[in-house]
Amino acid sequence: MPPETPARAVRTLDYTGSERLTMNMGPQHPSAHGVFRAILELEGEQVVGVDAVIGYLHRCHEKLAEHLTYVQYPSIASKTDYVAAMTSELAYVMATEGLAKVEVPKRAQYLRVLVAELQRVASHCLWLGTWCMDMGGALGGGATVFLYCIRERELILDLFEALTGARLLYGFHQIGGVRYDLPEGWAAQCRQTIDLIEQRLLEYEGLLEENAFFHLRTKGVGVITRELAEDVGIGGPLLRGSGVAYDLRRAHPYSSYEDFQFDVPVEPAGDCFARYQVRMVEFRQAIRIVRQILDGLPEGPISSRPGVKSVAQVRVPKGEIFTRVEGPRGEVGCYLIGDGGPKPYRMKWRGASFSNLAVLPHIIPGHSVADVVAIMGSVDPVFGEVDR
Amino acid sequence: MTDLSPAVSALLTGGALLGALLGLLAYVTLLERKFAARLQSRIGPYRVGPHGLLQPIADGVKLLLKEDLVPAAADRTVFNLAPVVFLVPCFLIYATIPFAPGLGVADVNIGVLFFLAVSSMEIVGLFMAGWSSNNKYALLSAMRAVNQIISYDLPFLMAAMVPVLLAGSLRLSEIATAQQGLWFVFYPVIGQLGFVAYVVASVAAENRVPFDILEAESELVAGFRVEYSGMKFAMITLSEYAHVIGTSFLGALLFLGAWSGPGPEWLGPGWFRLKALMMFSLITWVRWSFIRIRVDQILRISWKLLLPLTVLLVMATAIIVVLRGGTGG
Amino acid sequence: MNETDARARIATDFPDAVVAAGGPAITVTLPAPQWRAFARFVKDTVGCRFFSFLSAVDWKDEGLEVIAYVENTDEHVCVLFKTRLGAGQTACESLLPVYRGADWMERECFDMFGVIFDGHPDLRRMLLPDDWVGHPLLKSYAVDTPYPPYR
Repeated sequence: MPPETPARAVRTLDYTGSERLTMNMGPQHPSAHGVFRAILELEGEQVVGVDAVIGYLHRCHEKLAEHLTYVQYPSIASKTDYVAAMTSELAYVMATEGLAKVEVPKRAQYLRVLVAELQRVASHCLWLGTWCMDMGGALGGGATVFLYCIRERELILDLFEALTGARLLYGFHQIGGVRYDLPEGWAAQCRQTIDLIEQRLLEYEGLLEENAFFHLRTKGVGVITRELAEDVGIGGPLLRGSGVAYDLRRAHPYSSYEDFQFDVPVEPAGDCFARYQVRMVEFRQAIRIVRQILDGLPEGPISSRPGVKSVAQVRVPKGEIFTRVEGPRGEVGCYLIGDGGPKPYRMKWRGASFSNLAVLPHIIPGHSVADVVAIMGSVDPVFGEVDR
Repeated sequence: MTDLSPAVSALLTGGALLGALLGLLAYVTLLERKFAARLQSRIGPYRVGPHGLLQPIADGVKLLLKEDLVPAAADRTVFNLAPVVFLVPCFLIYATIPFAPGLGVADVNIGVLFFLAVSSMEIVGLFMAGWSSNNKYALLSAMRAVNQIISYDLPFLMAAMVPVLLAGSLRLSEIATAQQGLWFVFYPVIGQLGFVAYVVASVAAENRVPFDILEAESELVAGFRVEYSGMKFAMITLSEYAHVIGTSFLGALLFLGAWSGPGPEWLGPGWFRLKALMMFSLITWVRWSFIRIRVDQILRISWKLLLPLTVLLVMATAIIVVLRGGTGG
Repeated sequence: MNETDARARIATDFPDAVVAAGGPAITVTLPAPQWRAFARFVKDTVGCRFFSFLSAVDWKDEGLEVIAYVENTDEHVCVLFKTRLGAGQTACESLLPVYRGADWMERECFDMFGVIFDGHPDLRRMLLPDDWVGHPLLKSYAVDTPYPPYR
């Protein structure tokens, strides 16, 4: 039985005497980024308390993982962070390989990095488009930026479709390596695409950064202090936008990331504009990594365990492991406990967006309703990861 | 028209104007959609009729056929009355605009003042809609609306005073004829500043992006008109467009010389319409390029920036007019 | 504090804790009463201010085990600490006074396992509807348990 809890303990600011309005934002809302319900307590235009209600997309992946074998689960692992499916699958597959001590060939590792970085570009395209649409309106300037970004994302999704056959949920990673190799002409098309995107990024920066309204909406809004950032455990651009120079690809390199040269952007300000700047640099660094891979892709097998013959083929010895991957939203982690059989004993999915969203009740009170939308956009949650 | 009684002739002219206006407004929506589409590297309405030319008619028929929903807890009388109260001022403003020398429904001698006073009456309709919907989103939007429109009507008035001072009359046809020599927008400094202030204030007073916090779809999901459907929704949308076009016409008249343009006299109304549509295109271009700003930032711009600037502008204009020795262009 | 120093300090300050040898993270198994004290130690002394996650594992007859993972982002020292609650026990100290990230993680843990965190001010269900009966991630809860209208 749950203990006696006090009536909903919403974090509130001091009562200033004017009338309070409880307003419900979502779960069906144009800027909720999925299914998210925020119960806002308003005093006039100012938010004084927020209660975040999540769980509308809960499918209990962790229970599913206990009942699906290691071979079966990667097909649905991408449904957690469905916008960045490549990094989602990678976390689970790497955890299994770590526990089962499976070697991954060099070519497979490079291919994994290639798709992860392309996925980062695609995910950030979606972030920029939806953020501007939230701030500018579906019938206004925001929709223009949204359509431009989606146009770029489509180019990358075309690349993924040529590679794996799917646009959003790939099933590309398997235990021991990857499932598909680069088809003919793919590398040339990839180079063309990233050259084009790099040019278009200049266009977006011009459209946004030279606009005083953009600065008004994002500077000083939603400041996450460094101490709060680490305490709550947010990751990715949010953490780096608050001044913490921490990137899993540098701190705990996986899948041959140590072979590549890239910069890790850090901004001290902690507001929406800082997070925007961090992501814009990440765009370019991801493109840089993709170029390095295309120039130096080693030959060799793409999997050390090709051709799965049965769903119980992979057995993992007793042990536990926690693997973390730097997804576009932050630290995607998979804590796996193996028990010697073909199915995990326990799989905990550490979703980046779950921890990122947990920072909202700390930073929203004090801002106005319009800022809630700007902050949510810059936090960039994907509810597949929040609810699992 | 002279053999008909004044009442009947006024009725006929008014009716003709209304008819022409509704046709224009329907196709202005199509113009906006096509314009926006090209800005976003897509085509816009294309399939309904050749190049989408029958799209507004299709939209009108669709809205007529939609169910007219009234929320159970809403105040029925006010709810049903609000679109009408919103629509009437937006169409009434066209009464004073002379589309050609002598071609206007009611060219009153306080033309500019009448226009501005009547156009701000739409706030009443807006607030009625927001309040009677019994919906927190609508209420929030209505409160923001009252705040914003009132704040921006003042700089709007001040910016419109610049041509009035330069022409020496409030009557719109006299302001138009005063620009036969030089359009007011070309007057050094005060003309340009006045025009810019006019455009900014009018965009804000009409709830267009970047000042459309009232109906911020991503926060307030259509704001004060969230509970309206069917023809009432169409009335509100059409009134908003009517207001925008009306202020474009007024702007073209006040600053861009109305019907003066190269070519023969009878081309005058054509030039007027072209200039108004160009002003509308400018406003639309801004709409589809900028993100919106918060309501407190909007109000700050109005009270701390635009109002002092426009007051100074009016004072400067007055000084210049006196120094030039009386009125007249 | 770097890893060797951290291991040494843990050995001296928490003699009852079992530290696994090797591994990318310092894996520490604690007795339940030292849960929050260890968290405070690892945050203040070892410098692990980054809170990654907190969750639980159901070991059937042996009872529940609560695990937490933190990291020192400057020195890259990771600590995975866990505690067994004992057969049939569901009470655990809340880490919320130490790490604010524990807020939602503990609510999810309560939701999925029924662990009651002592000191958490608002222990409601996180992912499931408020009126759900049962704790799904327990091994005793069958994966196809019907629950109208959701299942």
